[in-house]
Amino acid sequence: MSETLILNGHLIDPANRVDAPCDLLLRDGRVAAVERPGGLRGAEAAETIDASGLIVAPGLVDVHVHLREPGQTYKESIATGTAAAAAGGFTSVVAMPNTVPVNDTVAKLEWMLDLARGPVVKLFAMPAATIGSMGEKLTDFEALRAAGAVGFTDDGKPVLEDDVMRAALVAAARAEVPVSQHAEDTRLTGGCSMNAGPMAFRLGLRGMPVEAESRIVERDIQLLREIEQAEGLRPHLHVQHVSTARAIKAIRTAKREGLHVTCEIAPHHFALTEEAVDDYDTHAKMNPPLRAEMDRAEMVEALLDGTADCIATDHAPHAAFEKRQEFERAPNGITGLETALGVALRVLHRGHGMTLSRILELMSTTPAAITSLAGRGGLGQGHYADLVLFDAGAEWTYDAKSSRSKSRNTPFDGAPMLGQVRYTISEGRIVYRA
Amino acid sequence: MQRAGTAANPLYPQGSLLSVTHLSVEEVSKILSETARLEAMAQAERAALLRGRTVALLFYESSTRTRTSFELAAKSLGATTTLVSDKSSSIEKGESLKDTGLTLRALGAECIILRHLSSGAPYVLARETGLPVLNAGDGMHEHPSQALLDLRTMLTRLQGAKAAESVNERSLDGVTVTITGDILHSRVARSNALLLPRLGARVVFCGPEKLLPEVALELGTGVEIERDFERALSRSQVVMMLRIQKERLAGMELDLSDYIHRYQLNGEKRTAFAQSAVVMHPGPMIRGLEIADEVADGPQSAIEEQVRHGLAIRSALLTRALRAGAFQG
Repeated sequence: MSETLILNGHLIDPANRVDAPCDLLLRDGRVAAVERPGGLRGAEAAETIDASGLIVAPGLVDVHVHLREPGQTYKESIATGTAAAAAGGFTSVVAMPNTVPVNDTVAKLEWMLDLARGPVVKLFAMPAATIGSMGEKLTDFEALRAAGAVGFTDDGKPVLEDDVMRAALVAAARAEVPVSQHAEDTRLTGGCSMNAGPMAFRLGLRGMPVEAESRIVERDIQLLREIEQAEGLRPHLHVQHVSTARAIKAIRTAKREGLHVTCEIAPHHFALTEEAVDDYDTHAKMNPPLRAEMDRAEMVEALLDGTADCIATDHAPHAAFEKRQEFERAPNGITGLETALGVALRVLHRGHGMTLSRILELMSTTPAAITSLAGRGGLGQGHYADLVLFDAGAEWTYDAKSSRSKSRNTPFDGAPMLGQVRYTISEGRIVYRA
Repeated sequence: MQRAGTAANPLYPQGSLLSVTHLSVEEVSKILSETARLEAMAQAERAALLRGRTVALLFYESSTRTRTSFELAAKSLGATTTLVSDKSSSIEKGESLKDTGLTLRALGAECIILRHLSSGAPYVLARETGLPVLNAGDGMHEHPSQALLDLRTMLTRLQGAKAAESVNERSLDGVTVTITGDILHSRVARSNALLLPRLGARVVFCGPEKLLPEVALELGTGVEIERDFERALSRSQVVMMLRIQKERLAGMELDLSDYIHRYQLNGEKRTAFAQSAVVMHPGPMIRGLEIADEVADGPQSAIEEQVRHGLAIRSALLTRALRAGAFQG
C-alpha cells in the first residue's frame, strides 16, 4: 500500500467546484480523501508533501501532442515526450497518429499504448480517421475504440472530402468519441508557410488565408447539422488548434445552435502573432500559422467567454537540423508541453484576469471530458491520483536547453513564465519534482 | 523570442546586407560615397583593397547581371572569388544550406554572396556561418543591392553624378517612381519600396490585382497603388518595368495579350504620358512583353547604366562586408 499526504495546499478542482485550502490523501494511485485543513490529522503516509503556498489541482490534460514514436525517435520518444509532459504539469496526454507508420490499426495502437514504451504519465491516443491518413477509407473505429482510442483524427492533414468526413462523424458518433479535425483547406494553402497578410507580403512568403481554416470548420458544422437531422445521431466534432476569429465565430454560432462542437486553442495562438516570424524565425513556424493581432485577441476572448473548451499544446518536436534551414523548407511545429501552464498563467491569468479555476478547467477538466477520460480531470474521492502542484506566483524564464523533450524548437526560449510546477503526480507516483 | 539587433549588438554579422530595412539612411549615404570614391580610384589602388581576401558566390538560381557584377567587383578589388552553383556542387546531392556555408567558410571564404530561391535564406546562412552575407536576391523577398544601384541610377539621371554621392531623408523629395508589373513576386519591387520612400520618394505600384494585391500598400508609408498605367506614367519621373516571371506564375491565369495592351511600356505611351521620365528595368527583360524595343533602347532608357551602377555599388558593398576602404576599422 502506498500512501501520500498532501498538506497545507490550496485545492482548485473545477470538476468538483472546490477552490479552498484542503489536504489530500492519495492511496494506491487513487484519491482516498479530500479534507478541510487539519481533517487528515493523524493519517499516516509513506510520503508527506508540504504544499504550503502551492495550488493543488487535477493534473493537466493535453488532447493534442506529437510524440514521434514509432518512426521518428530522433525528434522525440514516448518516454521523453511524456517526461516533458510531467515537467509541464501534465498527467494525461493524447498522442496524434501521424507517426511512421501512421497509427491506423489496433496492433499499432496497442504497441503505442504498451507500457513497454516507458510513458512517464498516462498515455492515450487518437488513431487515424482514415487509413494511412490518406483521407479516403475509414479505419475500423469500433475495433480501435475497443482498444482504447479516445477519438479519431488525421491530424497534420484535414479530412477534406465531404463524404469521408461525414462517414467519419457518423462512425465516431456510434463509437461515442469525437472526430478531431485539423481544419485546413489544403486547396488554399499549397506552398504557404505563414499567415497571409502584410507580414507575409513583406517577407516574400506565400500566406495561408484565414478562410482555409474557417471554411473547413463551417463545412464540418454543416455536416453535423445534416447528420443530426438525417441519422438521429449526435456526432461530436472537436476542432483542433483554432487560430482565426472566423473559425471561432462559426464555432460560437454552432454551440448556440446546440450542436456538439468543442475546440482547443494552443498557447502560441493566444500568446504570439505573425510578428514573431520576422527574421524568418523557424521557431515561429507552425500549422495553423501564427495569425494577426486581431485573431490572437479573439483567441483570448474565446477562452474567456467559453467558446473555447480547452487549451492544447500541439507539442510538435523537431530536430535542430530540421529547423535550422530555409523558412519554407523547415517543418511546421513547436514544442509546448513545458511552457503551456507558464504561458497560460502569464497571458490569461495575469494579462486578462482569468481565474486559476477557469485555467484549470481549460487545461484539465474539459479536455478530460472531451476525450471521456474516466476518473481523470478531477480530484473527487476514488478518482485517479493525477495531480499538479504549482506555485502560481512564481516568475521564471524558460530555458529550452533544460528541456526534457529531445527537441528544442520553441519560440518561448528565454521567455518569461508565470507559475512554476513543483510536483507532478501520476496515479499516485511523483513523476516530477522541482 | 528573437529580438531585433541593435547597432552596438547586431543580430547578423557586421557588413551583412540581408534587407534594405537593415540600413539606416546614413549607412546608405556612406555606401553611395564609397561607391563614388571607388569608381574614381586608380585601378591599381582599387585592386589592393581586398588583396588576399576570399569571397564566395553561392548561387542557387541562375543570374547574369548580379553574379557577374559581384564577381567582377570582387576581382577589381583584388579579392579571390569562387563560385558555387546548385547545378555543379554537392547541393545537388542534398547538402543543406548550413553545411554548404560552413564548407565555404572552412575553405577560407570571408564573405558569402547568396542568391537563393527561398525567401529568407540569407538570414539562415548568416546565422549559421557567422560570416557577412550579401543578399543577391532571395525568393520573392528582397534584392537590396539592386535597390541601391537603382537609387544611384535615379540620382545620377535626375540630379547628376555629384548628387549621387550622398543622400538624406529629403534627397528624393518630389520624385515619383512607378514600378509596374509583377509586384507580388518581385524582390526588386519590395527592396525599392522599402528604401526609396525613406529618402523622400513616392513609390507607385502599378499592375493588375493578380500581380499586385492590395496588401502591397502595407509595405509602408510612401507606397501607393495606381491600377491605371497611363495615369501612373503621367505623374512619374522614373518608370521601372518588371519582368513577367513565368516561372512564378504557377496556376495563375494571366492573359498576356491583355497585359501587354494595358501595361506594356511602348513608344506611344512613353511619348504621350512620360515624355521625360527615366526608364529603368532590373533585367532580364522580355522585349515585346513588358517593354517595347524602342523604349528599351531609347534615349530615356537607363537600363545599361543600371548595370554599370551595379558593378560600382557592389564594389562598395564588398568593401563594407570585409571592412576595407572607407569601412575599415
